[in-house]
Amino acid sequence: MKPGKRYLLSAAGLAGFLLLWEGIAQSGWFEAHLLPPPSTLPATLLSEIRLGIWQDMVWASLRHYSIGFVIGSVLGVTLGVSVALFPKVEASQAWLARIFRPIPPLAWIPFAIIWFGISETAAAFIISIGIFWINYFTAMTAVLAVDKDLIEVARAFGHRSMFALLRKVIMPGAAPGILSGIRTGLGQGWMTVVAAELFGIPGIGQRMIEASGLLASEVVVLYMFSIAFLYGVSDYIFVRIQSKVLEWQR
Amino acid sequence: MATVIQTENLAVSFDGVTPVFEGLTLAIEKGEFVSLVGVSGAGKSTLLRVIADLIPAFKGSVRVDTPNDPTRRAIAMVFQAANLMPWRSVEDNITLGLEGIDVSDRLKKERVRWTLDLVGLGAYADRWPYQLSGGQQQRIGIARALAVDPDILLMDEPFGSLDAITRNALQDELLQIWKETGKSILFVTHDIEEAVYLGDRVLLLGGEPAHIINEYSIGIERAERRESEAFLRKVEKVRGGLQHAINATPSAH
Ligand SMILES: Nc1ncnc2c1ncn2[C@@H]1O[C@H](COP(=O)(O)OP(=O)(O)O)[C@@H](O)[C@H]1O
Ligand SMILES: [Mg+2]
Repeated sequence: MKPGKRYLLSAAGLAGFLLLWEGIAQSGWFEAHLLPPPSTLPATLLSEIRLGIWQDMVWASLRHYSIGFVIGSVLGVTLGVSVALFPKVEASQAWLARIFRPIPPLAWIPFAIIWFGISETAAAFIISIGIFWINYFTAMTAVLAVDKDLIEVARAFGHRSMFALLRKVIMPGAAPGILSGIRTGLGQGWMTVVAAELFGIPGIGQRMIEASGLLASEVVVLYMFSIAFLYGVSDYIFVRIQSKVLEWQR
Repeated sequence: MATVIQTENLAVSFDGVTPVFEGLTLAIEKGEFVSLVGVSGAGKSTLLRVIADLIPAFKGSVRVDTPNDPTRRAIAMVFQAANLMPWRSVEDNITLGLEGIDVSDRLKKERVRWTLDLVGLGAYADRWPYQLSGGQQQRIGIARALAVDPDILLMDEPFGSLDAITRNALQDELLQIWKETGKSILFVTHDIEEAVYLGDRVLLLGGEPAHIINEYSIGIERAERRESEAFLRKVEKVRGGLQHAINATPSAH
């Protein structure tokens, strides 16, 4: 399929969906708060912005998200790489990882609140957990998959210390895998951000719960789309950086 | 003449029990071009690895005797698959062995330029490896080894995966480089014509456990080698020796 045609069809799919939604919402089959029509969204957005709420909530969520994302990614990649490099580290974490990995990030909410209170730290903590595990496992797999022949080449040309091998072969060789893990975490983070705020930590999630209590469902929908938008922007930026860093790939 | 590589009763074992080869004694003189043939699995690559100190000897010894020069490396290796680092440009791949030795940046640049021109890829410095053909990648692998100006070149079936025309061209280029630089070369191949065409001597690795079972001095002018009667007779002789070794080795069938 030509790119132009693909583009057109994608746009048509979205337009069709919005039209269908608008039609059903306008038909009067449901009460307005059960299914707010999409045409109310621009006005809702404007009013939230005029009240200063949209900016505040988005900014707060972005903060939780960024802190959780950075901490989860850095710790996940560092530990994942160490586990792949050192058999002793691998052995010492094997059972621990098996116990803690299946616990979903949201199951940590009670402890997050006990330890950190209803605070930004608590939200960032919850977000970082999911991101941590994703990066931990992808980084470990990526390092284990580095071409052994290339490691031998580096050694043959005089780079024999662990540090030199890390710098010359292991990290560049694992970079594609590590970056794709970071990208998955980027998406996963937005999924937990809302849940982490449902308990009153100011942010998009809190505003959504508040609005649903007031049956202001168009506000809920607005923030759902805001998350989609934020995810889209962050993913787009990341992919641009990624393709620059991995320019050497076919 | 000075001996640059000397192995005495060398054995390598991966499991610490069964040796890949055993009692392997060979000597390579400075400036010599030595070919090594043997069936696959005989331990040719393993021998190059132990000489390059990439794996330890199990028994016996390897002695490499080269002048101590911090601006060069004693040994460089060319691998069967070019094994370029895909995230490094062609130029940066050639620099790999120069990183960490005592050479100024300017001199590094010159060496890269020189070796790139030598392998005929001067215009490709800024490409990524994936943008090169297999033969071109192989040349970059050779350039990478030459850039460290080694006394000894260990080459592991470097032309094995190339088409006949490219292979012949690279063989002649290699001979040219060898004549100009006077390096000592240990060249592994399973192609007997190639071994006889290139080498001053051909060593035959075989038996069980493997060792050097025979050695052939070629002694024919290189200009006469591709087609002459004497060359073809020599090839047949080595081929007979290899066949004999295979027949005498139960596991090689
Ligand atoms: N890293 C390794 N671990 C275990 N066995 C190996 C390893 N490398 C090679 N071998 C074994 O050693 C023998 C010789 O291998 P190799 O030196 O690659 O042979 P050649 O290069 O002559 O084909 C083979 O039986 C091979 O299976
Ligand atoms: Mg081999």
